[in-house]
Amino acid sequence: MHKGFSSLLACFLLFMSIIPSFAVNPDEVLSDPALEARARSLSAEIRCLVCQNQSIDDSDAQLARDLRLLVREQLVEGASDEEILDFLVARYGEFVLLKPPVNLRTYFLWGIPFLLVGLGMIAIWRFSNARKVETGSVSKLSEEEKQRLSKLLDE
Amino acid sequence: MIVELGHFVLILALGLSILQSFVPLIGARRQDAGLMHLGSVAALATFIAISASFAALTYAYVNSDFSVVNVWQNSHTDKPLLYKITGVWGNHEGSMLLWVLILALFSALLAAFAQNIPSSLKANVLAVQGWITVSFLLFILFTSNPFQRLAVVPPQGSDLNPILQDIGLAIHPPLLYVGYVGFSLTFSFAVAAMISGRIDGAWARFVRPWALVAWIFLTAGIAMGSYWAYYELGWGGWWFWDPVENASFMPWLAGTALIHSALVMEKRDALKIWTVLLALLTFSLSLLGTFIVRSGVLTSVHSFASDPSRGVFILAILLIFIGGSFALFALRAGTLQQGGLFQPLSREGALVFNNLFMAVSCATVLVGTLYPLFLEAVDGSKISVGPPYFNLTFVPLMIPILMAVPFGPLLSWKRADFLPVLQRLYFIAGAALITVITVLAYSSDAPVLAAVAVGLAVWVMIGAFAEIYQRANVRSFSATIIWARLRGLPGSVWGTAFAHFGLGVLVLGIVGATAFSSETGKAMKPLEQMQIEEYTLIHNGARRIKGPNFIADELQVSVQKDGVEIFRLVPSKRVYTASGTPTTEAAIRTIGFSQLYISVGDTDKEGRTVVRAWWKSQVLLVWLGPILMAFGGFFSLCDRRLRIGAPTAPKTRRKPAHA
Repeated sequence: MHKGFSSLLACFLLFMSIIPSFAVNPDEVLSDPALEARARSLSAEIRCLVCQNQSIDDSDAQLARDLRLLVREQLVEGASDEEILDFLVARYGEFVLLKPPVNLRTYFLWGIPFLLVGLGMIAIWRFSNARKVETGSVSKLSEEEKQRLSKLLDE
Repeated sequence: MIVELGHFVLILALGLSILQSFVPLIGARRQDAGLMHLGSVAALATFIAISASFAALTYAYVNSDFSVVNVWQNSHTDKPLLYKITGVWGNHEGSMLLWVLILALFSALLAAFAQNIPSSLKANVLAVQGWITVSFLLFILFTSNPFQRLAVVPPQGSDLNPILQDIGLAIHPPLLYVGYVGFSLTFSFAVAAMISGRIDGAWARFVRPWALVAWIFLTAGIAMGSYWAYYELGWGGWWFWDPVENASFMPWLAGTALIHSALVMEKRDALKIWTVLLALLTFSLSLLGTFIVRSGVLTSVHSFASDPSRGVFILAILLIFIGGSFALFALRAGTLQQGGLFQPLSREGALVFNNLFMAVSCATVLVGTLYPLFLEAVDGSKISVGPPYFNLTFVPLMIPILMAVPFGPLLSWKRADFLPVLQRLYFIAGAALITVITVLAYSSDAPVLAAVAVGLAVWVMIGAFAEIYQRANVRSFSATIIWARLRGLPGSVWGTAFAHFGLGVLVLGIVGATAFSSETGKAMKPLEQMQIEEYTLIHNGARRIKGPNFIADELQVSVQKDGVEIFRLVPSKRVYTASGTPTTEAAIRTIGFSQLYISVGDTDKEGRTVVRAWWKSQVLLVWLGPILMAFGGFFSLCDRRLRIGAPTAPKTRRKPAHA
C-alpha cells in the first residue's frame, strides 16, 4: 500500500507540474504530438532569460521563441531531455533552469520541506511527552475540576 | 495649495502618531485612564490626517496637476477618471500612502470600536500600532514623498503603465493591503501582551476577529489579483509563483495557521507560545513582502518602482520590528504558562497537524523565494527557483491537509474517539470514490491522477458539511428539529463549513484548469476556422478602433457550435498612445464554470493573424473557492461570541449538540 501511494504521489506531482501554456506560435508546433508534449514540458522548466520570472513557454520575447525553436530542433534530432537541459546550462548557466538541479548547493532548498516536517513532528512529540510528565504531578482532582469548570462555562 | 496642505497634514500625522506611540504606553504603565484615552484620540486623529493627505493626492490626480512629480509620472489627461483615481496607488509613493492609510484605519477602528478589551491592553496595542505608523510615515516623508513639486510644469503626464489601467487596480491593491496591513493588529496585540506579560485565552478571543478580518481581505485580495493576471496578461495563467505573489501568499499561509491555532488558544488555553509566535510571524511576513515588492531585490512583473535607498530603509524597519519583537518573544516565551492538555487524537491535535503543514509550506515558499538571493550572497552563483520547484514541494505538503480537513471539525476537544468519526466519513469517502470512477468512465483522456485529485476535492467539499450534518442530527427525520438545530448552530460552525468547502472548490478548479483544459492556436486569414472542444472559431474580420487613450486592433471571432453561431468574441491588441506600450486584451466567455479564452498574436505580411484559444475547464472555481473561503470567514466573524464590541452573550448560551 505504501509503495502504491508513493508512486501515486509521484504521478500526481508530475501532472501538477505540467501547467498549460501559452506563447507558442502555431508555426512552432511539431507535427509529432509526443515530441511536442515533451517540448512543452521542457519549455516550462526553462527560464526566459530576458524576462522577469517567466518560462520560455509563457513568454512572447524573441529570445524565448529562439529557445523554443532550439529545444524543438534538438528534440527532432533525437536528443534526450537531459541532453537539451545540459546544453542550455552549458550555454547560459544554471540560472536558465526554473527547476534547480539537486546538488550540494541546493540540498537545503530541496530538503527544507522534509527537514521541517521531521523537525516539527519531533518537536510536537517531545513537547507532548514533556507535558505528560508534567501531568503526572498534577492531581487527578484538579483535572476533574477543570473539566467541570469548563463544562459549567460552556453551559 | 491643496497639495502643500496634503504634505502638511502628512507631517502632522507623523506628529500625532508619535504621540500615539508613547502616550498610551505611559498611560497603561501608570494606569492613567486619561492618558490611555488620549492614545485612542491620537489614533483617530492620525487616521483623519492621513485620510486628508490621501484625499489631497487624489485631488491632484483627478485634476491632472502635473506640477506634482508623482502625478506627472503616472497620469495623463486622456486617462479615464476611474484610472486617474486608481492611479493614486498604481505607483510606489501612492501605494505606500495607501499602506499607511490602512494601517491608521486599523488603529482607528481599534480605538473606536474595541470596547470589551482591557483598557491597558488596548493602550499598549495602540502604542505598538503607533510605532509602525511612525516608521512608515518617516519612510514616506524621507524617501517616497508623493507631494514633491516640479519647478517647470510639464504640459502632459507620462501616463500610467497600461497593464495597470484596469478595474483590477481599483480592487486588488486595496483588498490586498487591508489583508496585509490588517495583520499589523495581531502583531501589535502580541507585542502588547508580551509587554504586559499577560497572555491567555482571552487574548486569543480579542485577537481572533482582527486576524479573521485581515485573513478575509487577504484571501479575497489574492484571488482578485490572480483573476486580474489571468485576464490581463493574455495567456490564461493564474498563478505564477512569482516573488511578489509569494510575498502575499506567505502571510496568507501564516495567517491561516494563526486563525486555526488562535481557536485552540481561545477554547483550550493551549498552544499559547506558538500562537503568539504566529501572530508575530504573519505580520513579519507582510513586512518582508512589502520589502520584497518595494525594494525590487527580486525582480518581478509587479514591482513598478524599485530603488535601493528605499530598500535599505524598509530593510531597517523590517529588522527593527522583526528583531525587536522576536527578542521580546525570546524573553517572554519561557514565562508563559501552558494551559489545557490534550491527546494527539483530538480537535487540538488536528489543528496542530494543520499548523505543522501550513507552517512548513509557508517556510518552503519563503526559502524558495529567497534562496536565489541567499545563494548569490554566499558564493555568487545565480540559480532560479521557479514554478516547478514550488509545485513539487508545495503540492505534496497540501495533500495531508486536504485529506485531514473533514476529520478536524468532527473530532471532539481534548480526547476523541477515532472510530465513530471514521464511521461518519465512510459515506463521504464512498462518494469521493464514486466520483473518481465516474470521472474515469466519462472522460477517456483524463489522467488517472487527475481523477484522484477530483475525488480529493469532493472529499473535502462534502466533508466540510459533515459537522453540520452531525450536529443537526439529520437522521431524526423531523424537519422542524433539523431546522431549529441548523438555526441554532453557532456562526463559526457555518463559517468553518463554508471555508473548508471553498478549499475543496479551489482544488476542483485547479485540477480542472490544469488537467481538463485544452488549447490550440492557428495563424488565420479571414473566414478561416479552427476547432477547440465542441466549438468552431471563425475569423470574421479585423478592424481598428480608437479608445480614449489607446488604439486597438480588434478581431471579430464568431463562435459556432453545430454550424450555428452561438456568440461572438472580440479579442484585441492595444497600443497606448502616450507611452507606445502594447497590451493584449483577451476575450473571455464563461460557460458554466468553464471559460473559452481567446487572445490574438501578431499578424504576418500575408494577413494571417495568430489566434490562440484555450478551453479552461472549471477555471472559475479557482476564484470562487477563495471567495467561499472569505465568505466562511465572514460567517465566523458574525458569530456573536466573537463580535467586536458586541454586548456580552446571554447567559443561556446554546449548548453544542454533542458536547
